[in-house]
Amino acid sequence: MKSYIAQRLGIAVITLFGMSVVIFVLLRLAPGDIVDVLFSAAGYVNPEEKQAILEELGLDRPYWRQYLDWMGQIMVGDLGKSYRYDLPAWQIIKPLVPVTVELAILATIVSVLIGVPTGVLSAVRQDSALDYALRVFSLAGLSMPSFWLGMVIILSLVSWLAWLPPLTYVGPRENLWLHTVQFMLPALAVGYRSSALIMRITRSAMLEVLREDYIRTAWAKGQDSRAVVWRHALKNAVLPVVTVIGIEFAFLIGGLVVTETVFNLPGVARFLVEAILWRDYPVVQNLVMFIAIVVILSNLVVDLLYGVLDPRVRYAS
Amino acid sequence: MAVRPLGAEIELAVPSQPAGGASTLATLVRFVRKKPLGAAGGVLMLIMLVTGLLADVLQTHDPIATDASATLVRSSDAHWLGTDHLGRDIYSRIVHGARVSLMVGIGSTLLGSVLGGVIGLLSGYAGGKTDLVAQRLLDILQGLPLLVLALVMSASLGPSIPNVIVAISIPIVPRAARVIRASVLSIREMQYIEAARALGLRHLRIAFRHVLPNTVGPFIVLCTAQLGAAILVEAALSFLGLGVPEPYPSWGRMLSVSAAEYAQKAPHLVLYPGIAISLAVFGANLFGDALRDTLDPRLRGA
Repeated sequence: MKSYIAQRLGIAVITLFGMSVVIFVLLRLAPGDIVDVLFSAAGYVNPEEKQAILEELGLDRPYWRQYLDWMGQIMVGDLGKSYRYDLPAWQIIKPLVPVTVELAILATIVSVLIGVPTGVLSAVRQDSALDYALRVFSLAGLSMPSFWLGMVIILSLVSWLAWLPPLTYVGPRENLWLHTVQFMLPALAVGYRSSALIMRITRSAMLEVLREDYIRTAWAKGQDSRAVVWRHALKNAVLPVVTVIGIEFAFLIGGLVVTETVFNLPGVARFLVEAILWRDYPVVQNLVMFIAIVVILSNLVVDLLYGVLDPRVRYAS
Repeated sequence: MAVRPLGAEIELAVPSQPAGGASTLATLVRFVRKKPLGAAGGVLMLIMLVTGLLADVLQTHDPIATDASATLVRSSDAHWLGTDHLGRDIYSRIVHGARVSLMVGIGSTLLGSVLGGVIGLLSGYAGGKTDLVAQRLLDILQGLPLLVLALVMSASLGPSIPNVIVAISIPIVPRAARVIRASVLSIREMQYIEAARALGLRHLRIAFRHVLPNTVGPFIVLCTAQLGAAILVEAALSFLGLGVPEPYPSWGRMLSVSAAEYAQKAPHLVLYPGIAISLAVFGANLFGDALRDTLDPRLRGA
């Protein structure tokens, strides 16, 4: 078990190292740098000033030096300085993290609350009209862009209730109710989309489990049908569902990039887009690495949860 | 592998149905009857394709012509779906948007799947260290959410239609490689491959001429599954201003910030392009699901 974790962590480190190279190269390929962006806003270019800024930011150094600089900073936990704000990147990112984490957790809860029950119902009533309706419902969620769904939610609130959700961030201590509503709406938009995969996997896992002998035995001894489905069957169908929730997490962060923009929430994902547009390398580099770490760790956690949920699973190293 | 009587092998070599129009039609009818939802998805995709191809014929206005005298008009006889804040006809823009979305969607799906497919084929066929290295490299590309990688790619390549196609295709590569590799691993152990090797054929020839044709089923399934995702990513990129550039009408950009500003006054600005995206992706998803059930029995019901 321990050697298994060590091995997985080793692979994760190699992957992250490779990713840092990819991200670095991609960002250096991008046409224009922060100085160009700054000057294009000002409308003129002063070559001397430009050179001075480049030197100050370390952008005049050869690429390999820039890369080593970055790696060195990461090793000591320094996330560098944001070019745009002239502040340490961590100082900017820190207040954004809780917003995105809260949103991601809410969206995951929504997706499980929609996905698991619909998947179970769909499997129990396989090939019925209800099964078809639920499958179309879930596939529709997978087909709608979550940012558009968010816009439609806002628009329907405006036209039916004549009420516009707050378009600037409301802290939980300022007004808990408004804060909850503000986060639930994007969580619904993103969660509905993510529920589609969960629903599918739940359905197929349940279909398999429902054919097992011990389920037939449970039916045969006249057990309450609700207990058979929700307690006996679902418990054993939950394993692949957990995996998908782990994979969903990566999916979810992608969805949040656009949804945070629509709902104007000051989260990491929206900030990533702004930083990309501004060529604010330290912020982009570190945010993307941060996302990669979250994705890779959540995959690892899911694999380890396997063993907890199903004692039959053994880890070979 | 199950033990099969010798006769079955021989029978397999003989085409059981006469090739030609009649059998294709029969297959089609059977597909429609067995998978009504998939057929509906196929029809939706066909409508999209025809709309994209015939955009010039179907348009009622020039999709990029502005008209200051008719801004934010609701649907009327002159403008079927109304106009946007610059007075551009939304119906004509949606029709042309189908062309752009399909071009980017199909282009990036094919590019990513072919690239990933070749990598999967070679790494699966070669096995050993080559395979291990290829897998670790693919891990790197797969460690990021599709949209985030496409976002960084698109920003670094700059806005143009070919660049957007490349940006969306790269995240598809590792996903395609995994699928093709998995089927290559089982095909590689088949007897006819051993026979080909015994005949002294070169490895590349075996991989491309004898292994590759048998991965066509999973490949088609993969492509339809990725098409919907690719269209969605294009919409998201264009929405954020990092996708298809002006003046091409793109569904995603029709929803972007400028549309959001006028959304309260003119909800049709937001409604119609989003419905177009959703229907296109819905069609691709429905069709892809049915195709997977038909062509790839191992994944049935999953």
